[in-house]
Amino acid sequence: MSEPAKLAQLCTFTVDDLYLGVDVTEVQEVIRYQAMTVVPLAPPVVRGLINLRGQIVTALDLRSMLGLPEAPADELPVNVVIRDGADEAVSLLVDQIGDVVDVDEIAFEEVPPTLTGPARELVLGAYKLPGRLLLVLDTRKVQDVHLRGLAAASA
Amino acid sequence: MSDAPVFADGLDEIAQEFLVESYENLDELDRALVALEKEPNSRPLLASIFRTIHTIKGTSGFLAFNRLERVTHVGENVLSRLRDGHLELTPDIATVLLQMVDVVRALLGTIEQTGAEGDVDTAAVEEALARVLDPKPAAAEPEAPAAEPAATAAPAPVEDAPVLDDTDDVLHDGADEADGPAAPADVEEETPVEQVLEKAPAPVVAVPAPAAEHVEAPVHPEEGEQRRSIADSSIRVDVGLLDQLMRMVGELVLTRNQVVQYTADLQNVELQRASQRLNLIASELQEGVMKTRMQPIEGVWSRLPRVVRDLGAQCGKQVKLVMEGRETELDRTLLEAVKDPLTHLVRNAVDHGLEAPADRLAAGKPAEGTLTLKAYHESGQVVVEVSDDGRGMDPVRIGNKAVDNGLVSRDQLARMAEREVLDLIFRPGFSTAEQVTNVSGRGVGMDVVRTNIEKIGGSVDIQSVLGEGSTVRVRIPLTLAIIPALVVRQGGEMYCIPQVSLLELVRIEGDAEGAGPQIEHVAGAPVHRLRGNLLPLVFLSEQLELPREGREALNIVVLQSEGTQFGLVVEDVVDTQEIVVRPLSRQIKHVEGFAGATITGDGRVALILDIAGLSQRAKAVGGSLSAMSIEEQISSEDWDANGLLVCRVGQDRRVALPMGDIARLEEFSDGDIEHAGDTQVVQYRGELMKLVHVGSLLGLAGQMHSDRYSVVVHRHDGEQPLGFVVEEILDVIEQELQLSDVGTRGGLQGSAVLQGFVTDIVDIPALVAAARGGMYV
Repeated sequence: MSEPAKLAQLCTFTVDDLYLGVDVTEVQEVIRYQAMTVVPLAPPVVRGLINLRGQIVTALDLRSMLGLPEAPADELPVNVVIRDGADEAVSLLVDQIGDVVDVDEIAFEEVPPTLTGPARELVLGAYKLPGRLLLVLDTRKVQDVHLRGLAAASA
Repeated sequence: MSDAPVFADGLDEIAQEFLVESYENLDELDRALVALEKEPNSRPLLASIFRTIHTIKGTSGFLAFNRLERVTHVGENVLSRLRDGHLELTPDIATVLLQMVDVVRALLGTIEQTGAEGDVDTAAVEEALARVLDPKPAAAEPEAPAAEPAATAAPAPVEDAPVLDDTDDVLHDGADEADGPAAPADVEEETPVEQVLEKAPAPVVAVPAPAAEHVEAPVHPEEGEQRRSIADSSIRVDVGLLDQLMRMVGELVLTRNQVVQYTADLQNVELQRASQRLNLIASELQEGVMKTRMQPIEGVWSRLPRVVRDLGAQCGKQVKLVMEGRETELDRTLLEAVKDPLTHLVRNAVDHGLEAPADRLAAGKPAEGTLTLKAYHESGQVVVEVSDDGRGMDPVRIGNKAVDNGLVSRDQLARMAEREVLDLIFRPGFSTAEQVTNVSGRGVGMDVVRTNIEKIGGSVDIQSVLGEGSTVRVRIPLTLAIIPALVVRQGGEMYCIPQVSLLELVRIEGDAEGAGPQIEHVAGAPVHRLRGNLLPLVFLSEQLELPREGREALNIVVLQSEGTQFGLVVEDVVDTQEIVVRPLSRQIKHVEGFAGATITGDGRVALILDIAGLSQRAKAVGGSLSAMSIEEQISSEDWDANGLLVCRVGQDRRVALPMGDIARLEEFSDGDIEHAGDTQVVQYRGELMKLVHVGSLLGLAGQMHSDRYSVVVHRHDGEQPLGFVVEEILDVIEQELQLSDVGTRGGLQGSAVLQGFVTDIVDIPALVAAARGGMYV
């Protein structure tokens, strides 16, 4: 990187009225909605398992995770498949996929105080873009949602 | 002893392993020596070289390759000096050492080809090495420079801290011994290395290449390719890589299945031909990859002769160990997993199964007991049998032991089949310290054996004939990577059940009026009556918290796990499939009920049910009820006293006895029956029990013809027991009685239609009163 300002590329998507992004390097692929195998007794954020070319991938419902209302039944979510540190892949179910956006690290800000609820914990920070705020998801926390669930249950 | 032939058989293999290992070590040694030249004081390098040579020396001595041993011995001495700092490595010493490596390699080559050392010349190198150790005579020769640095090396860095403490002794030993071969060498020969080599009449050696640098060339026989065949024919591969290959091949096989399935519907001949070919290739590939992980069971068995021998000596028993099917192959990981259980079974057989020689002779058997290990493939599984011709297991003693240990009650025990009693030794808690000395007992930690075998999808069962011996049969799947599974449907999703747990499938249709099949409840738990046994039922829908399916029919998958039999009620049974087990992602790993996931033939993801977990639930649901017999129900305190015991008397008359004061069901044989006056009695738990024939009560002509008497024991508080003799006990039912007084007579309450049959309802109080008064008897 020769530019003085550090640039990052974020893969963006929307979930309800939130505009979210994850670093493109973490994204394995984006695929349209897939039939899923439901896992009974699993936490509600686990929507099911999909067969991604022979790889079994767990699909996590970002709406449920962020405490947002369920999407209308006729709107099928999109899979944003992100690579897991432990060589597993997980799919984040989002409403709509957006562009890949170049952002300047300098524009990065702390989590805005207006953001409340579960979303606050799952967001690293925000970029102020013209006209809208792009929230950066903490993918590690998102993937460890099962642990949070357990902690919340025992608390 | 029995070890002898085993050893003879194994010799070739040991030599082969030795060769493979040594070739690898030698290659490493070449590298290390060259590296050492650049870094002459590197102790780790020296230590590693020393160890390698030491290993070869040790093994060659063991395998009686004497010259190889001699060469490496001298080499070892040189190396130990180097390592201790008494010598410093010079290019010349390095050269000599490399020559030694070459000679060793030549020896190994000859051994590989002929099985013996042949006549590879070793004297020259031995002398050269000896000269390094004792440089004085050599100093006069043109090779003198070689010796000089060595001599001056003595004051060089001597740190009295050998890298390897444990080899310290070995090093000193080596140094002491060094005098032996070294001494004669320097007296006889003072020739420099090159000349010696030139003179050497090694027949395999192509003479015109005497230079030290080229020693390697001459010792290569012409058929160089063959020489390396053993080393080249095997490579070490990371097991993780094999696992990955295995998994991918598994997926390929599943995809192949799909392709074959789809193309069968198409009319394209070319495509079908290609798919056929794909089919074959995939199968062969699968087989091939599976083979890479397969190893003969011999690997596990090889240490057993020793175990048997030692244990036999310790217990004062003579044991002949027979092994059949040692070449039977199974997956490496499984092999590892059965190692301890098998050893355990063998120990048990020697310790508890076989008798002492004197006892054997007394029993008319040869003094030497025979322990047979047998392995073979059977329907996709490997079966390993451990059998002895010892005393066999005594169900009575095992039963008593189980009662003493509180595993079963006497009542339960009395109703158990012999096989079930033997099975008690697999219960946790059966083994006790006392058990070890108990003559009859076997089963020290047998629960652990079963648990470990079941963990890898296997099963254990036991057969024993008192006085003739016992056989423990262990069944293990060939591989864990691909397993056969039953696919069931529940709530629109497919679930897989590993077939190892599967016993049978039962479907119960509702009756003609459209009412669903009746599910009975005993002690509040749903049960199914399966051939006289009560099977606790677990509903998959409930377990997975899914909505209940319609109940026009009941699909029961009868499963067995951890010694518990239970019925899993599913919506539908779909198919059987081969599946590749995949672990669950960490987000759902903690979710109960699933052992893994897989991709089924139609490309969907299906969850694999955790049968062991479900069986725990079944236990919780059914309590002690698991596979309880009708007889057991009666003693179950929760049994509703309003129940009816349906029995057959005479040819085809059915009677029902209200369960009120019925204590137990017993069987007596002819010989048990005694007569007190006109009355038949049996001794029952230290009391005399009067027998009342229900058949004669009903005025049926002729008594039972069998020599077994089924007796319903009635006992009212504190009174003497009374035995009602019937022909056969049929069933226990709970039903509202609609009595009709047709055919009412003394001793009967009336008749009713039970289970579609006209059944006389016995009036027990009247019968008891009559029996006490002597009537109706």
